[in-house]
Amino acid sequence: MPDVTTPLAPPLPPVALPDRIQGAAHDPRRHESAHKHVSGEAVYVDDIAEPAGLLHVYLGLSTRAHARIRSIDLSPVRQAPGVVAVFTAADVPGVNDIGCMGKQDEPLFASSLVEHVGQPVFAVAAETRDHARRAARLAVIEYEDLPAVLTIAAARDGERTLVTPPMTLRVGDADAALAAAPHRAEGRLAVGGQEHFYLESQIAMAVPGEDDDVLVHVSTQHPTEVQHIVAHVLHVPSHAVTVEVRRMGGGFGGKETQSNLFAACTALVAKRTGRAAKLRPDRDDDFQITGKRHDFEIDYRVGFDGSGLIHGVDMLFAARAGYAADLSGPVTDRALFHADNGYFYPAARLESLPLKTNTVSNTAFRGFGGPQGMVAAERVIDEIAFALGKDPLEIRKRNFYGDRDRNLTPYHQTVTDNILPELVAQLERTCDYWTRREDIRAFNRTSRILRKGLALTPVKFGISFTATHYNQAGALVHVYTDGSIQLNHGGIEMGQGLYTKVAQVVAEEFQVDIDTIRPTATNTGKVPNTSATAASSGSDLNGKAAQAAARTIKERLVAFAAENWGVPAEAVRFERNRVWVGDRDMSFAELVRAAYMARVQLSATGFYKTPKIHWDRAAGRGTPFYYFAYGAACAEVTVDTLTGEYVVDRVDILHDCGRSLNPAIDRGQIEGGFVQGMGWLTMEELWWDAQGRLRTHAPSTYKIPACSDRPRIFNVALLDDAPNREDTIFRSKAVGEPPFMLGMSVLHALSDAVASTADHRLCPRLDAPATPERVLSCIMALRQRAATECPLPNPPPPPAVEGTAAASQTAPSPAEGGGGTGRRQPVSAPPPDPA
Amino acid sequence: MRQRLRFYLGDELREIDAVDPTLTVLDWLRLSERRVGTKEGCAEGDCGACTVVVGRLDGDTLRYEAVNACIRFLATLDGCRLLTVEHLKGPDGALHPVQQAMVDCHGSQCGFCTPGFVMSLLALYLNEERPDGRRIDDALAGNLCRCTGYEPIVRAAHAMYDIGERDSDRLADRAAVAERLKALRDEEILSIGAGGRRFLAPATVPQLAQLLLDNPGATIVAGATDVGLWVTKFQRVLATVIHTGRVRALRRIEDRGDALVIGAGVTYSDAAAGIAALYPDFGELIRRIGAEQVRNMGTIGGNVANGSPIGDMPPALIACGATLRLRRGEEIRELPLEEFFIEYGRQDRREGEFVEAVILPKPAPDMRFRAYKIAKRFDQDISAVCGAFRLTLDADGRVADIRIAFGGMAGTPRRAPAAEAVLLGRHWTEEAVREAMAALAGDYTPLSDWRASAGYRSMVATNLLMKFHVETSDPAAETRLVGDRRLAHA
Repeated sequence: MPDVTTPLAPPLPPVALPDRIQGAAHDPRRHESAHKHVSGEAVYVDDIAEPAGLLHVYLGLSTRAHARIRSIDLSPVRQAPGVVAVFTAADVPGVNDIGCMGKQDEPLFASSLVEHVGQPVFAVAAETRDHARRAARLAVIEYEDLPAVLTIAAARDGERTLVTPPMTLRVGDADAALAAAPHRAEGRLAVGGQEHFYLESQIAMAVPGEDDDVLVHVSTQHPTEVQHIVAHVLHVPSHAVTVEVRRMGGGFGGKETQSNLFAACTALVAKRTGRAAKLRPDRDDDFQITGKRHDFEIDYRVGFDGSGLIHGVDMLFAARAGYAADLSGPVTDRALFHADNGYFYPAARLESLPLKTNTVSNTAFRGFGGPQGMVAAERVIDEIAFALGKDPLEIRKRNFYGDRDRNLTPYHQTVTDNILPELVAQLERTCDYWTRREDIRAFNRTSRILRKGLALTPVKFGISFTATHYNQAGALVHVYTDGSIQLNHGGIEMGQGLYTKVAQVVAEEFQVDIDTIRPTATNTGKVPNTSATAASSGSDLNGKAAQAAARTIKERLVAFAAENWGVPAEAVRFERNRVWVGDRDMSFAELVRAAYMARVQLSATGFYKTPKIHWDRAAGRGTPFYYFAYGAACAEVTVDTLTGEYVVDRVDILHDCGRSLNPAIDRGQIEGGFVQGMGWLTMEELWWDAQGRLRTHAPSTYKIPACSDRPRIFNVALLDDAPNREDTIFRSKAVGEPPFMLGMSVLHALSDAVASTADHRLCPRLDAPATPERVLSCIMALRQRAATECPLPNPPPPPAVEGTAAASQTAPSPAEGGGGTGRRQPVSAPPPDPA
Repeated sequence: MRQRLRFYLGDELREIDAVDPTLTVLDWLRLSERRVGTKEGCAEGDCGACTVVVGRLDGDTLRYEAVNACIRFLATLDGCRLLTVEHLKGPDGALHPVQQAMVDCHGSQCGFCTPGFVMSLLALYLNEERPDGRRIDDALAGNLCRCTGYEPIVRAAHAMYDIGERDSDRLADRAAVAERLKALRDEEILSIGAGGRRFLAPATVPQLAQLLLDNPGATIVAGATDVGLWVTKFQRVLATVIHTGRVRALRRIEDRGDALVIGAGVTYSDAAAGIAALYPDFGELIRRIGAEQVRNMGTIGGNVANGSPIGDMPPALIACGATLRLRRGEEIRELPLEEFFIEYGRQDRREGEFVEAVILPKPAPDMRFRAYKIAKRFDQDISAVCGAFRLTLDADGRVADIRIAFGGMAGTPRRAPAAEAVLLGRHWTEEAVREAMAALAGDYTPLSDWRASAGYRSMVATNLLMKFHVETSDPAAETRLVGDRRLAHA
């Protein structure tokens, strides 16, 4: 029997009663680890103190895109200095597969067949990383090359092998609508992939335990999946595998499934050798081993009328999936879900084509196919605008979803929360779109070499995992007797401020300062069966789950206080670090101590599942999204028509975060997402050679935006007074992915600048990434088209200087389609819409 | 011969008797010292996550510079002071103003790049008083962030000057640190190694010359911004490394009256102001070489000596009519720079010979010089094409002299003889330039690779000649997107 005098931890020192608690919901609170980030004290996996005897693991990679392995001689690897053990497929006790879809198409180690350059064939464990790395290069592997399919074009023109079943969305009769439409346009859009370039490369460290146990520290967005994969590979029950993640140095989707390989490999080595094992690939190897954003080629046809109203669309989304399914199914599905962006299609047929290629298996990346869907919608808008000689913004506004009608999506979900018309109208005003449109026309009329462009593009992004069962989350909250609180949930902190936001939720519920709350490392032993921190869902799901846990404890405390002090439950109030019980007040810690003494449970789990959603993929019908997040961006660029180089002069963003949980963090997501999206569509170029080797495999060759590439003027605003119409956590909205697609404004501003070189007579069909090379070749091609397709009776003043080399030698240009009708853009802008 | 490496880690003197000649500062910090605040992002000097600050004596002046720990060899720190992110907090645990500004401005998200940014900001904070936005962009160009989009970090760069008392910044401690570093200075050859491999760092030119004669297979290393990657990426084992960084005579720029004699050990950062004073657009080109961390280590001499077809210095120097001074033992020879580059991977440098200086003639008053660097990204990128032009017109407006040189267009940096020949003696008109553009296309047969296709390289090279013409004939035309736009018509 416990001694009632057992000393309890002393209560935390009392704090002065402020107007409100620190770190409440909606506060622009700093990141919970900011002070550790800036001092180098934040611990990432590679910084964890290494257990004695730790082995370093390195992977031996395929050098062929598609080949049978004739023989493998690993003796030089085994004999290399420092080497302790070597592992191949034959050493896998369980299933030699790390794929996330259970298709058994992604071996941990290739055994008889390699399907892309960079595919792991074996692993070597050595005393130092340097030893392991050097040894991994010594294997002698004999290959028998097989025909390799490296590009979308080759896959599409060949056998069209798919890695996963395609999807079709249908609404209305697209063919009939197209046939009956007064105008039609068609073409093909190519949009490149993207490397995640998380600053912390992939890494895992496994520590063996007794029996089957293994603890895996890994930089992953999806600890539960890692747990499952490790269990399958080791052939042990899930309960033996504990996965822990305190934080990641960036993920962006690249660590949703791609970390499975590294975790499984270290777990295998750890259990086989009885020594802790760590695997951190060099950046160049990380680039080659891990999947990227899917590149797409999208064939589109659109029918429309003279006012620019869309009657029907038909689009085929061909994606380079790589050698295995990974998440290509859901990614290409989401491309279709966003092929409407914010526009109503009365009739549509949208098809996906997830093509198998002998390249690394592509995967999740912020937006998850949504961006590739949206760029197609925006290209279609441009086609209509150029065909009719109207400003693209007019066409965009003309086609927005309606309120009571014109609100059915191609997946048969009704849009009930559309705020794009108002949001875009507000941005149009605040960024002074039409005045600047005039100024830019004037500039372009006189500028010999530099041309400016302007574009305003919207975003409507569906929030929820389209795999409905993923829309659940758990949390675990402990209140200790000193009043301090430990918080745990299934979400991963990868820089997006999730731990901060969820802690704010708990602070708000208990009405205690956020420093009272300690977010702890995500751990499959604390909160099980979690979903990936992905699909922008982190704070929606985990915030609600943590709120539920906090409320459970709070209800117990209220019931205890009401009974103990003889007041009605309504008279117990938590406010500003105090608890009022009738007219008595005490600190939160005092109440907690009293409750403990009365044997009240101070720990609770919480659970949340998103309501209302369902999805029938086979039928192409349902309500896959709980709600939509909206935003819009207006970009102005200047292009050098001699070189194709450009700068982003100004960007104005208005973004919908609902009632933001943390405006400072959300602003960071918007700014960062925008720049990442801009990078995808401009300078970030993945370049494979004819042997299927990725030659842009490190920051020296793969260029993400640098500091000076950000917009020179960057006005970012959160939409005011915009509580989510759905009952999300404190009426906030998800913000991880939606701002990424605001970067489309830059592509379209570049396109606008390019169009000026042919007097806006033709749609430039600028493909992405719009590198300087692609911009220049687009200018050259456009001028040629303008000269042949629609020569002006009175040519404009001599354009900027023509280059002399043949345009045909430059980067691939988009397939030519019909479309341009040769009408010029009006010289004067239409009046802005009334507010 | 001194067989002990000496440098300060913060305020702590470190003396090391054995060290792998190519051990990087980053690996030493993380693996040996377990100081894990400094991160590895790329191991090739391109992301800045590993940025540290090195204090070194420049003459008798102490300079603090941001450098990449991932490609810097530890032994090159001899006589220096190394500051890492762990040094910034005060004794009371208070954040340094640079750190506090980053916290206040929400400058970190995932936090992995953050220590590197903090150290780049620290170098800026220690060296410059309230820089403008363009300078901040330059100072941060070598640090990649994938989360924030940079805006809050730039806000922090402005805000850090408003936090706390600047004068009392304890980290710089210039007088005391300078004295301590002077005490480490000597004229001995540093010779240190492990496992039969040596790192040799002479202090004088004769020592260097003799070491190279004695060690003909040795690898000469200046800033290691190239050789560092041989080690981190290709895992090459270098048996003997001879480092030029301690040779003070090589780190000087001498004004010879008609020319600048730039010692081979002069870094881009050291050379920038002097070159920009003579050729403003050359200065702008240097601003876009690598990034701050690379410019603080990489040398003009190294960029020439490694013979890369895509180095940015050679085309500009060739257009300026620079010559190269080579030395072997006591033997010295000079040759026009363009003659140094024989073919891809082969230069006119004999065994034991080294580049001692680059001699950059001063421009005549009527000379016009422009340099253009074309890449996917403006900052911290390697050129697809780098073109440089020097023009002199006679009294009648005819071309009295023209030098056109390109990098990225052939296996070596090379002049454009056919285009030059078209222009020589002609009036400097658009018509003549168009003819020269056609000829220029025949001067080169560029390759296609991941940086650019052959077609783009050809097109852009010819267009750059037109840009040069516009900039030298139409003062009203706007032609520049970045940098000091006045340079277009300077």
